[in-house]
Amino acid sequence: MTFPLQDLLTILPELIVIGTACLILALDPILEASKKDVLVWLTLGALTICIGLTSSQMTDRVSAFSGMVVIDAYAAFWKLLLYIVTGLTVLLSLAYLKAERLSIGEYYGFILLALAGMMVMVSGADLLTIYLGTELMSLSLYVMAGLKRTEARSLEASAKYFVLGAFSSGILLYGISLLFGLAGSTGLSAIAAAIITHGTGDPLLSMALVLLAVGFGFKMAVVPFHMWTPDVYQGAPTAVTAFMAVASKAASFGAFLRVFVEGLGAASADWSVLFTVICLATLALGNLVAIVQTNIKRMLAYSSIAHAGYALIGVVVAGGHSGKGASTGFASVLLYIAIYSFMTLGAFALIGMLRKEGQESDQIEDYAGLAKREPLTAFFMLVFMVSLAGIPPTAGFIGKFYIFMAAVNGGMTWLAIVAVIFAAISAFYYLRVVMVMYMREAEGAIATHSRLETSPALSLVLACALAGVVLLGLFPNGLWSLASQAAPLLK
Amino acid sequence: MTSFPWLSLIVFLPSAGALLCLLVRAESARWLALGVTVADVALSLPLWWLFDSSTAGMQFVERAAWISSPSVQYSLGLDGISFPLVLMTTFLMPVCVTVSWTAIDKRVQLFMSMLLVMETAMLGVFVALDFVLFYVFWEAMLIPMYLLIGVWGGPNRLYAAIKFFLYTLAGSVLLLVAILALYFQGGHTFDILALSRGTYSASLQMWLFLAFFAAFAVKVPMFPFHTWLPDAHVEAPTAGSVILASVLLKMGTYGFLRFTLPMLPDATVSFTKPMIALSIIAIIYGAYMALAQTDIKKLIAYSSVSHMGFVTLGIFVLNIQGIEGAIMQMVNHGITTGGLFLCVGIIYERTHSRQIQDNTGLAGPMPRYALFLMIFALSSLGLPGTNSFVGEFLVLAGTFVWSQFATALAALGVILAAAYILWLMQRVVFGTPAAAHRSHLLDLNARETATLIPLIVLVFALGIFPNPLLSRMHASVTHLLGGAKNPAVAAEQQLSPVTGDKPTATIAAILSPSSSEQAAGR
Repeated sequence: MTFPLQDLLTILPELIVIGTACLILALDPILEASKKDVLVWLTLGALTICIGLTSSQMTDRVSAFSGMVVIDAYAAFWKLLLYIVTGLTVLLSLAYLKAERLSIGEYYGFILLALAGMMVMVSGADLLTIYLGTELMSLSLYVMAGLKRTEARSLEASAKYFVLGAFSSGILLYGISLLFGLAGSTGLSAIAAAIITHGTGDPLLSMALVLLAVGFGFKMAVVPFHMWTPDVYQGAPTAVTAFMAVASKAASFGAFLRVFVEGLGAASADWSVLFTVICLATLALGNLVAIVQTNIKRMLAYSSIAHAGYALIGVVVAGGHSGKGASTGFASVLLYIAIYSFMTLGAFALIGMLRKEGQESDQIEDYAGLAKREPLTAFFMLVFMVSLAGIPPTAGFIGKFYIFMAAVNGGMTWLAIVAVIFAAISAFYYLRVVMVMYMREAEGAIATHSRLETSPALSLVLACALAGVVLLGLFPNGLWSLASQAAPLLK
Repeated sequence: MTSFPWLSLIVFLPSAGALLCLLVRAESARWLALGVTVADVALSLPLWWLFDSSTAGMQFVERAAWISSPSVQYSLGLDGISFPLVLMTTFLMPVCVTVSWTAIDKRVQLFMSMLLVMETAMLGVFVALDFVLFYVFWEAMLIPMYLLIGVWGGPNRLYAAIKFFLYTLAGSVLLLVAILALYFQGGHTFDILALSRGTYSASLQMWLFLAFFAAFAVKVPMFPFHTWLPDAHVEAPTAGSVILASVLLKMGTYGFLRFTLPMLPDATVSFTKPMIALSIIAIIYGAYMALAQTDIKKLIAYSSVSHMGFVTLGIFVLNIQGIEGAIMQMVNHGITTGGLFLCVGIIYERTHSRQIQDNTGLAGPMPRYALFLMIFALSSLGLPGTNSFVGEFLVLAGTFVWSQFATALAALGVILAAAYILWLMQRVVFGTPAAAHRSHLLDLNARETATLIPLIVLVFALGIFPNPLLSRMHASVTHLLGGAKNPAVAAEQQLSPVTGDKPTATIAAILSPSSSEQAAGR
């Protein structure tokens, strides 16, 4: 197979990311320990260049490599989000890795490789390309989850993630093979054409639909494929958890939407029923189980499951619709995930660096009296929690507003009602963190109280996340127009 | 109309103050908060004269684009319904600051800051002319109130705070869905005025009514959604109780007046009977519960349930006397119950008990305090010459037109109010002082006197000269009931791009199609 050199230009951002990753892996053993911060700057530099390149790609749809890869505003939206999230994770990790004494070089290498996988996922137009991207992302994340080699919990997380992840990849691949049997191709457009000629009654198609839903369901962490999430989120190093909860979820939604809309759009009547059920289960289980958690990382794991449920509302609504209704539905999903990224990343950044006696304090009880010890830290956490609960004037409200708007517009008012009730329930567990911070006194000696280990990099991350949560809550116009520009390109 | 952004300044000055409060020391935060709230009074005071009482249209309107798609506007405005509430809110806030002067001694900066954030949110609710903007202010108030109760409250504050939060949140999330449904049915707009002019199918109105009811009835609170109120009131610090009783509860009844009545006239008319029944149950039940309390704060909390029952009663009898009485009663309850909570807070600072048995015979050691308490108490039971008499009288007069039997039942509430208030006064003011607290019973100091005097003045001012206030709400209330006959509003309606030629359903027209002309002409 040959391809014109021009195709390489379209994947220039991916090439840069992979190249930088390799460079970092090569430089890591050579550099002295004191100079390893260079790797961070290298990573950030590469991301900055990519932001520039991808911004210029927010144009019409360009296919490359015989239609295996496409560049469009939809892919660009996700990539820009991923760059920002990755950049913030890198800055956050700078402080986190030092505090945890973890080796530096491999970490940044793997982050970039995972990013490359995610970029391939969101711009793949062929099931195999998307599968490759998924695997690249997952393999890097398996390693990163187990980075705290001395801690049993981290290893457990890694192993669990690996086993279940590999399992789900297998299911995904099985679904892909069925679709290949049906359409004679793995290209999304060919599959779409085949479904239109064959009709949607084919049992093989239904089987493939279910298998793909299961495969992506694992990656997006929706019920009932969420089992790994709490354990992995709790066990993995917190900076990695943040990256998984945000970037991996965003990329999975990106790929999932493209596959189900571009490839399987003709069968949307079938899959929107399937996802309605999944969505309801996700909302219910995520929100209800989060209530009883005592570990804040676990609580946020269930919260991230619940948020995937809200985003699925947009998918379900758009699936049952065509034309403008569908595109606002999808746009609301993009907006929701982007907003979710900022608030979740902010919360995890804080959790990772809130320490006592050199250890992460990840029990909710550790936050007792934080408002007295560190008013500013507590205020940041307050804003993130309020935003996660979807209370105005934060961005979390805007996200839910657009999702519910899409639901009511799509004639699924009942789904909006169910969702708002769960949103009210979710306020209970988010507010419990606020309650512990502001209304409880810390017990024991002062030396054992948790404190935020600040550093310039961490402050920058927190400031960015806070700015995202507050500014997107007050001025959502820009992000919404980006999202609604990106969404209709799904065809 | 004026181009000076009065309302934006009044609404957002406190939130600017809130930010500053976090940056200064405790003592400065107190002065800063006082300065900001007094400045807000000074800013809102000119509105009393600038307000044009001859028109039912919105005044001091400000409009700017906020969210472009869907079109959500930053639009503020004031009419005869919101006007008294805005003034009442700005007037009560300095009082809340001064009463907390020594009572709040930990995390003063955060406390003052939260008070000021509350002020912004509450004022925003009353002046918002866009439904989404309204909802943002409505919800934004939850967090500061949650903190006010939970951080500075009494022993059982955690329970009370989360109960308050979840109750009100659960009620108001359904409002959000209702707002979105209205958007798609009402011509793709969130503009409250445009939505009020629209007409909606009977079944949609039913559902929307129930959703609105969930949000507003919890806030009022109407029986049987009142159970959060005694907990929240009792556990909240004094300033929190004052804000809750005086302003927060009014947001619910304001919601009925601003949204339910004009937007859902058919559903309102068909739900009149159950709403009036619930109001009368609240009046009598609240009063009976008040009779049984041994905790002064709880007694006043239940009396609030009873008094707010008068307000909802006045609203849902759907005539001019009833609604004007209801608005009057909203303001009165804010002043009188606010005053009573201040008095309880002042005595609690001395004896550290809110039990009636620990606070007896105050007339001897604290004569000035006893006088003020007595004035608020008599106002609370509706003594002629005080403010509450005017409101309750108008509500009962309005109810009389609707049903004499209902009036008799509601009047029972007035009698019971006399019973629980006078019995309370008998014990607290005239009993023999409890020996244990004798030495703590110092009379009011200058700060406390200064806190109470403005409210005392208002009690009599509104009781003796209610007309200046009533006349300012008259045009708006007439328009609310009879609607489009008012020339100024009719002209505005012609310009409206949304409804244009749609016939506007008004409550008067639904109640008696033939007499709507008369109703409007009154």
